[in-house]
Amino acid sequence: MSLIHFQILSAAMFSIGLYGVLARRNALLVLLSIEIMLNAVNINLVAFSSYAESAQEVGQIIAIFIITVAAAEVGLAMAIILRLFRDRSSVDLDDIDLMKW
Amino acid sequence: MSLLDIIFGVISLVAIASAISVVNQRDIFRAALFLVVSFLAVAALFVLLNAEFLAVVQVLVYVGAVSILIIFAIMLTSNVQTGSTSHGFSPLILILVAALTALIVSTAISTDWNTWDSKGFEVSPGGTEEDLSNTEQGIKNVFSNTTVVISTLIMTRFVLPMEVVSVVLLAAVIGALALVRDTEVES
Repeated sequence: MSLIHFQILSAAMFSIGLYGVLARRNALLVLLSIEIMLNAVNINLVAFSSYAESAQEVGQIIAIFIITVAAAEVGLAMAIILRLFRDRSSVDLDDIDLMKW
Repeated sequence: MSLLDIIFGVISLVAIASAISVVNQRDIFRAALFLVVSFLAVAALFVLLNAEFLAVVQVLVYVGAVSILIIFAIMLTSNVQTGSTSHGFSPLILILVAALTALIVSTAISTDWNTWDSKGFEVSPGGTEEDLSNTEQGIKNVFSNTTVVISTLIMTRFVLPMEVVSVVLLAAVIGALALVRDTEVES
């Protein structure tokens, strides 16, 4: 168990989340995939803060900020999805062409 | 191979398997439940990395709040029975994602990270073998008081980002309320 193992795990989880973002059509599932990606970033930051020679707790603090911003992002995204569902009764991303021209 | 390695392997297997189930699941509700499993595995990884405070925050915020919010949104919006369509098995996306993983991993391996173990110290996070034989010192090192350090740093060096983040949270709350409010009510 060394830093490289955590990095590989983090890269794998980030890629799984990216696959979900690109391959799924449902807006809620895209949101879940983004959460997986944010978690992968947090694993990476905490692993570095635990293994790196300097700046021991700074990585954990940045991870806390990421968690906070992710919580705000989930709240806002839920509001947008609820609004979209009320207006168009669909959360399919292919149906959402409001800002296309 | 020590006990910690086995625990790490099991936890990372759970994390990756549940993450794959999230992106492959047709049923959105099941995907949300697998996401909770993935969050819990990440919290266990934080404990392995001596970040107990962050593990508790992870369980409180993600498992406690975010997953409940997501499940509420699933109940309110989509038709749970029909499931969600995906773009199907797309080889292009898979190749892209695999290439990205290979790039990240090869970069991580070839970089000379300035870590404790690269300098020849026999250190795992959580104290050395010597610490473990000396019980009192070992307990102090294994349960390092990260909460005190984190709170001190947040209140001194990171006080400006903390204030900015609180403004972000306030803006998110107001924005969410403004978005879901009925426009007919005010007119």
